[in-house]
Amino acid sequence: MTTVRIPPTLRAEVGGERQVPAEGETVRELLDDLTARFPGLRTQLVEDDDIAPFVNVYVEGEDVRTLDGIETPVRKGATVILLPAMAGGA
Amino acid sequence: MAGYRDLLQQVKSEIDEVDAPRANALQGSALFVDVREQDEWDEGHIPGAVHIPRGYLESRIENAAPDRAQQVVVYCAGGSRSAFAAKTLEELGYGNVVSLAGGYTDWKRSGLPTQLPQSLGPEQRARYSRHLLIPEVGIEGQMKLLQSRVLLIGAGGLGSPASLYLAAAGVGTLGIVDDDRVDASNLQRQIAHSTETLGDWKVDSAKRTLEALNPDVNVVTYKERLTSENIERILGDGWDVILDGADNFPTRYLVNDASVWHDVPVVHGSIYRFEGQVTVFKPGDGPCYRCLFPTPPPPELAPSCAEGGVLGVLPGIVGSLQASETIKLLLGIGDSLVGRLLLFDALETEFSEVRLKKDPACPVCGEHPTITEYVDYVEFCSGRPTHA
Repeated sequence: MTTVRIPPTLRAEVGGERQVPAEGETVRELLDDLTARFPGLRTQLVEDDDIAPFVNVYVEGEDVRTLDGIETPVRKGATVILLPAMAGGA
Repeated sequence: MAGYRDLLQQVKSEIDEVDAPRANALQGSALFVDVREQDEWDEGHIPGAVHIPRGYLESRIENAAPDRAQQVVVYCAGGSRSAFAAKTLEELGYGNVVSLAGGYTDWKRSGLPTQLPQSLGPEQRARYSRHLLIPEVGIEGQMKLLQSRVLLIGAGGLGSPASLYLAAAGVGTLGIVDDDRVDASNLQRQIAHSTETLGDWKVDSAKRTLEALNPDVNVVTYKERLTSENIERILGDGWDVILDGADNFPTRYLVNDASVWHDVPVVHGSIYRFEGQVTVFKPGDGPCYRCLFPTPPPPELAPSCAEGGVLGVLPGIVGSLQASETIKLLLGIGDSLVGRLLLFDALETEFSEVRLKKDPACPVCGEHPTITEYVDYVEFCSGRPTHA
């Protein structure tokens, strides 16, 4: 089981939870598991069968785009952070 | 036992003295060392002189004059302390030392040029005393801050606390770009403004607050929205650091592209509800905003604080972190947030960090940039981007 941190803009899709558990050995499997249970997340995280370009996924603090992308392996107990850009400053 | 007078006379007989006109002829070739106390130096000195109070002479002279063959003119107010100082320098192995007879008093009386020190006045010494006590800042660092120029994008949630702390720290010139007026809904967090300035331009309201806090600070206001049309003019005024506290994606991307092209570091902060992000984008030394977020989210996935709300104190924390990073960059101290994105969650009181890497394929700062001039940023962020 892996803990996935949900950014504030996506929490409405997961019943307001700040983090949710998910199963999977790669980022793809994690996202499949998440979006199966929370279908509203799919369009916000996945585009053309890949991680949407406006979302960053970090496994243990590393951007998966600098690793193996959506195929990046995720060990059990790892922390995964989903991070879309935020523009607010005012 | 010899008294002071006897000792002085004896020392003077053992050293070489020059009068003011002859010392003046040595300007340019000799090193002038002023051994007076700080308050005397503060009131003026010989141009180009280095200041080493008599009590520190032995410990500091080697830094100022590593070459013992260097000709040194040492002076004080009247020529007595400098006579002892000259003697000491000779004992330290300096072979070409003269003492200015009649000292700075005679120098001034002869109508020779003087210079007010590049130093802090007594009021500044008091104001910045807690900085002066920190070895990483000290007088030199404080002087650097006073000569620094920081451009703030936005005088809102992030710009308010950031500008207040930068002004308090004595950052000499603060530019503020903002085209908005103070609204009642701002005052829950935008602490550079007040009930009294409701309806005023934010740049004017902020300028008043900052200059009241610290009259050393010159606030340059740009009462306009940052656009592709005016950014070159505004950046042309010359800035050491940009502090980005914008409230929208088009401005974020515009600031990024311009900062890469102008080689100016950006201290980035963003906030939403209880969460904030802070990092430093330093051209040539780490990723840029486009490396981190190549594509803005579609507008429906990126609600602003105006739409989604923000905890009032959150920008205080994030904006203060930005001010701290800015000061570190200006002073060249510490480890900055270059290559690290700091995430803060106020609800859990938790800081976490992810690593950022420069994207070699970045369209702006990558190896083969495809965006080399300003684009239509509003359209780029509208979810229907045109390809560059």
